[in-house]
Amino acid sequence: MHELSIAQAIVDVATRHAEGRRVLRVEVQVGHLRQVVPDSLQFAFALVVQGTALDGAELAITHVPAAGRCRECGAESMMESFPLSCGACGSFDVEVLAGEELLVEGLELEEDLLENSRVSST
Amino acid sequence: MHRIKVRVVEEVLDANNTIARANRQDFDRAGVRVVNLMSAPGAGKTALLERALADTGDVRVGVLEGDVEGSLDADRLASLHIPVVQLNTANGFGGECHLDANMVRSSLAAIPLAEIDLLIIENVGNLVCPAEFRVGEDARAMVCSVAEGDDKPLKYPLMFRACELAVINKIDLLDHVDADLDKLLANLQTVHPGIEHLLTSARTGEGVDGFRDWLVSRVRSPATA
Repeated sequence: MHELSIAQAIVDVATRHAEGRRVLRVEVQVGHLRQVVPDSLQFAFALVVQGTALDGAELAITHVPAAGRCRECGAESMMESFPLSCGACGSFDVEVLAGEELLVEGLELEEDLLENSRVSST
Repeated sequence: MHRIKVRVVEEVLDANNTIARANRQDFDRAGVRVVNLMSAPGAGKTALLERALADTGDVRVGVLEGDVEGSLDADRLASLHIPVVQLNTANGFGGECHLDANMVRSSLAAIPLAEIDLLIIENVGNLVCPAEFRVGEDARAMVCSVAEGDDKPLKYPLMFRACELAVINKIDLLDHVDADLDKLLANLQTVHPGIEHLLTSARTGEGVDGFRDWLVSRVRSPATA
């Protein structure tokens, strides 16, 4: 259910960076630990883009697996599910290194070539 | 027309976090410590506050009450004769399921910050979204009732990891529900090693003193988070 709020926040970030241009594609990184359901995020995104500069834009989601460093044995390992534990010794005392990302990484925008060349010639 | 690529790399919730920091500065300036209190619907947040805030000694407490609709909880707390401000989220997408920093910011003018030392923000009942949105708080606490089952920490790790205190409420029901308290506490430590917990029953009053002490001690402890 938090996908709707997250989709809205993604649209806000993209709209600001697009500066009035049409957005064709939004690339986001979503960490495993954020518990975002990709299908729900796609569905919510398709709803909230309606009537905005992102209408019809594609949402490309990159899933970032969770990784951690054990505070007991020092090993670094991937953590696939809760409870988070060290892959080497099984300790639950792990520092999260990756998996908490929630980032807009990049955009693809539609840009008017003529307008662009005018700008660059001045 | 052609396609151009733009590299952004921005936290999706950056805008919320920026407003949360502004809220925090306003709270700090007024010398008010803030606790964001979260739980699933019906875990007993309001009932606990009714008991715990009845006598907080010389610490002056106010409550910002977040609900999708209505003022039922705020009305209950108003009988304690403390400042209570209702914040309804029904204007969002058919009722936002959480408070965000901007909603709290819009309520700041209504909160008598000069007259309180501690503000408790009772978030909308929900174990998912409120964990994502900082609102400018110093500390985050959650209530989990034994009636919800002993597996709750494993099912909603994001929330249990976001809080520094878990209040295990409705312990008077332990004989009547299948939840195993030891298992619940073990699951809690598994998901969030080192998290503080309290056992309470808002119904009988058992353990509520401990919750009151924890809240009041926020005022005396140095700022964190």
